[in-house]
Amino acid sequence: MAIPKVCGIETEYGIQVVNGDPNPIAASSVLINAYAQDVARQRVAWDFEDESPGNDARGQSREGSMPPMIETHLVNTVLTNGARFYVDHAHPEYSSPECRDALEAVRYDRAGEEIVIRSMEAADLAVHDGSHLVVYKNNSDGKGNSYGCHENYLMDRETPFSRVIHGITPHFVTRQLFCGAGKVGSETAFHEPRSVEFQLSQRAEFFEEEVGLETTLKRPIVNTRDEPHADPSRYRRLHVIVGDANMAEVATFLKLGTTSLVLAMIEDDVSGSRSLALADPVRAIHAVAVDRTLTQPLLMADGSTATALAIQWELYSLARKYADDRGLECLGAEEIGTSVLDRWEYVLNGLETDPMSLARQVDWVAKLQLLEAYSDRHGCGWGDPRMTAIDLQYHDLRPSRSLFARMDTERMVDVDSVQAAVTDPPRDTRAWFRGECLKRWPESVATANWDSLVFDLGSDPLRRVPMMDPLKGTAEHVEALLDSCAGPADLLERLSS
Amino acid sequence: MAERELKKKQATERTAEVVDEVPATSATGDKLKAELDDLLDEIDEVLEDNAEEFVRNYVQKGGE
Repeated sequence: MAIPKVCGIETEYGIQVVNGDPNPIAASSVLINAYAQDVARQRVAWDFEDESPGNDARGQSREGSMPPMIETHLVNTVLTNGARFYVDHAHPEYSSPECRDALEAVRYDRAGEEIVIRSMEAADLAVHDGSHLVVYKNNSDGKGNSYGCHENYLMDRETPFSRVIHGITPHFVTRQLFCGAGKVGSETAFHEPRSVEFQLSQRAEFFEEEVGLETTLKRPIVNTRDEPHADPSRYRRLHVIVGDANMAEVATFLKLGTTSLVLAMIEDDVSGSRSLALADPVRAIHAVAVDRTLTQPLLMADGSTATALAIQWELYSLARKYADDRGLECLGAEEIGTSVLDRWEYVLNGLETDPMSLARQVDWVAKLQLLEAYSDRHGCGWGDPRMTAIDLQYHDLRPSRSLFARMDTERMVDVDSVQAAVTDPPRDTRAWFRGECLKRWPESVATANWDSLVFDLGSDPLRRVPMMDPLKGTAEHVEALLDSCAGPADLLERLSS
Repeated sequence: MAERELKKKQATERTAEVVDEVPATSATGDKLKAELDDLLDEIDEVLEDNAEEFVRNYVQKGGE
């Protein structure tokens, strides 16, 4: 049986300084420090003890692979909602806490936006020099520089990685139909300059390999980083770098929900009678992104052809049958699995009959509708800088400027629950233990990371509490224990007895 | 292939029931257009003043 698809989203935001020092590293540090000091009023550092991003899921580290550098000197904090908020290279990054299902992942992704909004406000108050920081939730600057929105999924170590690669690639190539964030123009050598008006995906054209360890060069559709942040004998963490950052909640929900579902089918070794292997996945992901008609046939490995939409219908049909046969417990509560399937079907029908009817659910459609309406009113073509400005400003997180915020898109999580998720951890993963310990005893937690907490009780040695199972340390498991402890010393004593 | 066509058809019918709840009359079409017009008015107000400069200055370092 497929294991629970614990998941999370890491978002690297674009950052711009208006009227000030344009250094993005300094700006990102100011932003996060402002939040840690002035809003959250606490500062617990990240612990790098167990980081090993160079390990390759295919086995040994590959020659020529460039694992990312770990920068320990930059600002790095852990929040009481269980998230990590830090400076990654030249971007602010929010890594959501581990979530039990796709809807919870939407809530904590939205909480990340709220944290960034509060950070921008705090940073403007902190600097007093007339400069201000603007943060964008997008994936490229339109000039060939891309930054990521990564997803993570818990997987069973027993599943051969070759099966994961084979099974997930068709989904990663085609899911942009409903989770692409849309982009004006193109910016890589894969396209003739000025030959592309609009793409479904921000990220698709940055992918050059089918499989690999890199994230910044020669980006692969399937990333092989093998860093489970959990018991490595039982678990994998599939690190997904191929997606766009979504503004629309339904798009985020479907990105996580459909991917979890396809991964569950891979764990259970379910496949259809027809192979969905593409002849050239890299070429296909580029082709799907520039095909607004959604009719371009893709060459399959067996010599036949299929459109991206046909591949999605095939995956959806398999998933519906899989759900009927085995249930979708691995996706969380029953209504989550049902909602993933129903919404998946809804967007595929919309894409087939009238794509523009999905402006409330799908980012690229919402953005395209806006661009076309603006173009009609002002008579400007695709090369007009106002079109690119609209594209950028769609992702501006300032409520006063965000174009997305002005659109009536469908919401899946209510505002109050997002506000709560800014400070409270999810209840049904180990993030609850991390977040609650930080909340209750911030002065006693020295450092934290995904799979452990280090306590400093003022006497040597520091005490590390391992959390090697993402499904333990939930509120159900340990709330009563924490409530009954007088303090952290008491907790550590009872945990070790 | 035939099997997929069949499933797709079933799927289409199923969603059609959902669509029935909000009939796409010309009235709703007009409402949508009016909403979009209001949105465009608002965009004219909040869109960065100098689009060309704004777009040119938006330069990021690659990440990840």
